[in-house]
Order: sequence, then C-alpha cells, then structure tokens
Amino acid sequence: MTGDDSERLMAHVRSAMDSDRAVSIEGEASKAFLGPRADGELLSTRGHAGIIEYRPDELVVTARAGTLLSELDAVLGAENQMLACDPPRFGGKGTLGGAIAVGFSGPARPWQGSVRDGLLGVELVNGYGERMQFGGQVMKNVAGYDVSRLMVGARGTLGLILSASLKVLPRPEYTRTVVAAVDHVEARRRSLNLLHKPFPISGSCYVDNRLYVRLSGNEAAVEDASEALGADVEVEESFWDQVRDHEHPFFQGNRPLWRISLARGSRPRSESSQEQLVEWAGAQVWAYMDDAQSPIEFGEGEHATPFRNVAGDSSKSISTADKYVRRLKAAFDPQDIFNRGMVV
Amino acid sequence: MSNPRVLELFRTHLPPQSIITDQAAVRPFETDGITAFRERPWVVVLPENVEQVRSVLQISHDHDVPVVTRGAGTGLSGGARPIRDGVLLTMSKMRKVIEVDLEACTATVEPGVTNLAISDAVREHGLYYAPDPSSQIACSIGGNVAENSGGVHCLKYGLTVHNVLGIRVQTIEGEELVLGGKTYDSPGYDLLALMMGSEGMLGVVTQVTVKLLPEPPDKRVLLGVYDDLPKAGDSVSAIIGDGVIPAGLEMMDALAIRAAEEYVHAGYPIDAAAILLCELDGSASQVEADADRVSDIMKAKGAINVRTATTEEECELFWKGRKAAFPAVGRLAPDYYCMDGSVPRHAIGRVLSEITRLSTVYQLPVANVFHAGDGNLHPLVLYDANKEGELQRAEAFGGKILEYCVAVGGTITGEHGVGVEKLDQMCLQFSEAELNQFHRLKAAFDPGALMNPGKAVPALARCSELGGMHVHEGKVPHPELERF
Repeated sequence: MTGDDSERLMAHVRSAMDSDRAVSIEGEASKAFLGPRADGELLSTRGHAGIIEYRPDELVVTARAGTLLSELDAVLGAENQMLACDPPRFGGKGTLGGAIAVGFSGPARPWQGSVRDGLLGVELVNGYGERMQFGGQVMKNVAGYDVSRLMVGARGTLGLILSASLKVLPRPEYTRTVVAAVDHVEARRRSLNLLHKPFPISGSCYVDNRLYVRLSGNEAAVEDASEALGADVEVEESFWDQVRDHEHPFFQGNRPLWRISLARGSRPRSESSQEQLVEWAGAQVWAYMDDAQSPIEFGEGEHATPFRNVAGDSSKSISTADKYVRRLKAAFDPQDIFNRGMVV
Repeated sequence: MSNPRVLELFRTHLPPQSIITDQAAVRPFETDGITAFRERPWVVVLPENVEQVRSVLQISHDHDVPVVTRGAGTGLSGGARPIRDGVLLTMSKMRKVIEVDLEACTATVEPGVTNLAISDAVREHGLYYAPDPSSQIACSIGGNVAENSGGVHCLKYGLTVHNVLGIRVQTIEGEELVLGGKTYDSPGYDLLALMMGSEGMLGVVTQVTVKLLPEPPDKRVLLGVYDDLPKAGDSVSAIIGDGVIPAGLEMMDALAIRAAEEYVHAGYPIDAAAILLCELDGSASQVEADADRVSDIMKAKGAINVRTATTEEECELFWKGRKAAFPAVGRLAPDYYCMDGSVPRHAIGRVLSEITRLSTVYQLPVANVFHAGDGNLHPLVLYDANKEGELQRAEAFGGKILEYCVAVGGTITGEHGVGVEKLDQMCLQFSEAELNQFHRLKAAFDPGALMNPGKAVPALARCSELGGMHVHEGKVPHPELERF
C-alpha cells in the first residue's frame, strides 16, 4: 500500500478550502496520545508512502510523508547507513511526516543532531492548496527562507507535508555502551564531562541509578574512550532502541508523564530521580509528575510539556499569544484548514 | 534624501558619534563584500546597545524609513548594500562577549563579535566554535546568523543553524523575540531556524548563544594530486560513500592551484589538473584509520600522489593555499565574479565539464575552488570591468552556471545568500507560489516591507520580465536532464 497519493491529498485540501472545512492530518496515529486532537475531518497520509530517491553515496534519502521510519531504517540499514537523527518510532508505526510534525529526538540528539538538523527539504501543500518545494537534497542551501525547518514541531498547522529529504550517515563501525552505577549527583557530574570531552559519544541515558553512555566510531577510538569513562558493565544495543522508541520499561507507567527540556549542562533539580529518565547529558528529562505544578524550578527557556496521561491539558497546542506566530499561521493557512484547534 | 525629523529623533536616543551623515564618512559603508553593488545611505547609525537598536527600529517604523542591517560588511551577495533613502544599521559597536558558560559549553555574545573572536575567547578551555567561513577573522556572528554561514568544516560540524542555540531578535515594530537559549528546543514554531539565513529581512539579531565543541585531540590533512579533474570529483563521492566523514574536503582546479602556489607558496604541485584537500579529525586512532582509508581511495580513483600533513605547521601550510585561493585568483585578472552554486555530489563532474564549456562560449577564464564534500562550488569567473562588455559577459556566464546547478537538482546559493546578486536566479529556482509564500512569510514579521527591502526574494514582476530571457517558452532550462 505504498505509492504517490499526492493527487488525492491535494484534492482533499482544495475541497476543504472550497467548503471552509478543517482537516485533521494523521499518518499511522502512532502519537494519538499526544493531544490535543485537531478538529475537522480526517486527512490520512496512510498510503502516501515509499522512498522516492535514495543514493547512498549522496547521504540523502527522500521519502513520502506516510513512509514508516522503521521502513526507512531498514532500507538504509541494508546499505550500512542510518538517518542522521533518531526520532522515536513508536512501536514501528511512526511516519516520516509525523516525526517532522512533532520534532522529537532520541538519545543521540546532542551529538548527532535532531530531525530539524537533518532535514534538507520538504514538499508541502499550503492552505492555498498550492504544492511547493523548499530546500532540496543538497547539504548547503540558503536560497529563500528556511521553510523546511519551520515545519519541524509545527504539528502540521502550517501545511500538509507530502515528502521530505533527510540527511543520512554511515553506520558506525563499532559501538559500545559503558554503564556506571551512580547517584544523580555523580550522574550529572559525569554528564557534563560528555559535553567537554572529545569522545565519540552517540547517546546518554540515566535511568534506575545507572548512567549509560554509548560510544560509536572505530574500535580503537571507542575502546580508548570507554577506558577513560571508567566502564563497569556492557549493555546490548537494543537498550538504545528501547529508549529511543519509548519502549524501555520506564515508559510503561500509567501516571502522568512530562517531557522536560533543560539547558545544556543543567543540574537535576528534583529529589525524586527514581521517577525520571534523563537523556542528552542532562538536557532532556522524562518525569512522572502527578501534579501539574512542576517541582523543578526553571531557568530561562527551560520548560515542561505534558506528554502522556496528563488530563485536561491544552499546553501542547501552539500558542498564538505571540502575534508573529498568529501572522505566520495566517501566511501559510489563512482559512485555518490544517489541524484547527492545535493553534490556539 | 535626508529626513531631518528622523535624524532629530535618532539624536535623542543615540550619542553623536553613533550617527554618521557626513558623505565622506559614509563612503566606506557603500558596499559589503561584493563591491559591484554600491549605494550611499543617507545615514549610518552604529548603536551601542539593544535599547538603541530598538529605538532606531521604532523610529524608522513610525516614519516609514527602510532599514538595512549590516554586520562586518563581508557578505558576498550584496545583502548589506545600503538603500539610498534608508538607514544603514551597523552592528559593529556591539561586540561584547556576554558570557562563556563552561558547564553548558556555550558562549553568549553580541552580534558584532567576530566569528574567530568566539573561538579565541574559549580556546584556553580547549573549546571552539565550529563554523568557520573563510572571512572568519572579520565577519561577525550576527552576519553569520543572517546568512546561515558555513565554512570549510561544515561538512562534519554543520552550518550556523546547527551550532546556534539561541538568539534575540528585534523586530521592526520594536519588539524583542527571545528564540531558544541554552535548551535544545522551545515550544511552538521554530522561529530560531527561520531566522537563520533570513538575510536581515525579518528582524535584527542583537544577541547570539552558540554551542562550543571540545577541540579534537588529533587531526591530519591529506593532499591528493590528480592529472584529471573528473578523477578528483569521483574521489569525493567515493570517500563519502565509503563512510568517512572528513572534517573538510576541498577541491581546487589547475588555474586555482597555480594562482595559489604563486601567491603563498604552499608547496602545491603546479602541473596538477586538480588537488583534493581532506582534513580528518578525532581521536588519534580514528584519524589514523580514516587517513589510511582516504589515501587508499584517492589512489584507487587515480590520484598520482597523496601527501600527508601531520604536524600543526604542515596542516596549516596545506590549508594556506586553499584559504588564499580567492585573493590569489584575484591577482590573475582585474576582477572576478564568484559563484556559489551547490549541487548533489554525484553531479560535480558534469557541472565542471559544463563550466569548462561555458568558459569557451563566453571567452572568459574560470578558476574552480570549492567545498567538494558538500557539493558547494565556487567558480571564479575572471574579467576586466574596464573592458567594454566584459562585466555583462561575466554576469551572463555566472547566471548560466547557476541555471545548470538548478537543473541538476542543486541550488543557486549554498552559503553566500541571495542578497541583490542572485535575485534573477531565484526566479529560476522557485515557482510563483513559492515566491508568494516567501513574501507572505516576510510580511508576518515586517508588514510594511521596511527591513532590507528589495533583497533576498524577487518581486514577481521582476521574474515575469525575465521570463523571456531565462525560461524559454515556459520551459525550465535543460529539460534533457533528470531532476532529482
């Protein structure tokens, strides 16, 4: 069920425009728990899937929005390559379009970059029903405004993404994870070290009082670094997939789960480290908190967003308190067709 | 031209030495790095702090006066060329390093701080700021944000957009936008990404927080010598395809090699058709393994010789010629016209052949220097502006090169920006709908079109006028080529 279904999608957008109806964009609904639900009739990208172009020696892949991330990974893996970013695949159902719309990243983000960093171009339909291409497949491109990256995290409110080109990297020759059983104060001290030292790091995670650090590169370089980091135990690579895809046992709780974005080099500011999983050398924290009142005191720009099982929240929507956000939305989608209700 | 009321208001907010109207004193501000585009602004203002920037913007907004923002004036597309009736807002007095945070590995600076000064400020801690445009000694970080600048090392370490964590932007309506900071993300639309490379069209950057990286423990530069240009081009794809990500991968052709060698004596082989410079960095063992692989690939692809620099001095010597390439080529002719197309790596060979062909058609020599690893070409078209018609011929030649870059799936500018220089080629790369979207996007931040008007995105009328010239019978050039 893969192919170019863009004509149907375009027609749907145009008919919504003509009758002033809203559409709610959905791929495989792998992130339906996120909320808020958009108003309007379902516009499914399911079926608008498949790789449009992939040349391993260009380190770029272009695929339709409905393509599963897991399928992309498999195709790239066959060439011993991988995406340059590591968005969660949510049970193998997460799509390329969805990954761009939410902009989440896995444990490699501080070292390898995010979806936004790896995005080279998008093709989209705006609220005028026009099909447009921004960016492209080349690494460097400063012609026109960077509309592609503006789509990352926009929750589909600026247009319907039809396809996208992402940067690809060779898979590392050798990977090893080192683990240290440490308390959260020591974990923080060691995490800071990860930003300061030129080690070939490709991920960090602190959970269950253990700090996991993944190293990737050639064997000698990785072994040198793992010695310097003082390794205790070795861990399977599947640990990292579990963290990336939110399949680690930590994520299986039923209580309200929040995502907290802290400054680089930030210290853990909660006593209940049992209830947290910390990635990005301290900067991305997943925390179970019953009270919407965060126990963490935030510094400038730091923020918490409800992620799962948080009742009655609307803070996940994009706020138009800022007039520039409001005007931007209108510049792309003047009739408020796309994901109405998600921009409030 | 002068607007006495506006001037009077500026004087109530800025010290006298920050306002220049004297025509002789204004002259150095007539152009940026591309001197073919020249205009004298009626006033140059040099604010010392963000309050003064905001006052200048507010006053200009209230009186409908256009504002052109200028950093160090090193840009290569005329993006900071002044406007006759406009204010030239020059950020060079705002050059404080506000904070170096060694725990977060970040530096927060004012926009006038030079690119290199950031690395200089943190070098003692074993850190550096990765993007390194060739003008890094002079160009300012505010300008780097406006252009999304790259450099030799962006192949591995990314562009400005990948290395800036936060900025503060003043809008023409006199408001401050705090975008990002020291976190990796912010809620809502990614306006931080949108500001990168927006060429002063959306706002004025007044503060920048950059990510600092630890200095790599080891580095090595390889110099591959080729008797054939396409073989060097093939080596580029082969190195990247093999899984090595060099810190830098640069190519120079015969004319560029000879010019550089005569100019700085870097020890380049003057009879070579092309050289490839490949820098590898990382841990000692990683560098050694990668160097062996790259050397083998270069030889397998036909390099007649591969030399290796291991000491700091040797590495610098190898780079010296590349870094001096533009001024070196500049000695070969009274003028040169530098293009900045970016193409898929596999198309490099084809594009080079086309450039050679066009060089004969237009009867102008061309030297090729480029960031081969990124597919970012810098053909330097040599001409003499004093000879009747040569400038026009050089511009036409350059335009054809960019058309070809777009036709093979590339872009008209990889890192220099559109400015005023590449407005015509924007009509080739973007459709009417896309250009309209750009205009609406700009209007969201600047409804009165007062920020850097006439730059970066062409008016639709301009594209229609050009229609007959570039887009023959409504067809894209080179329909015979696959587009991908």
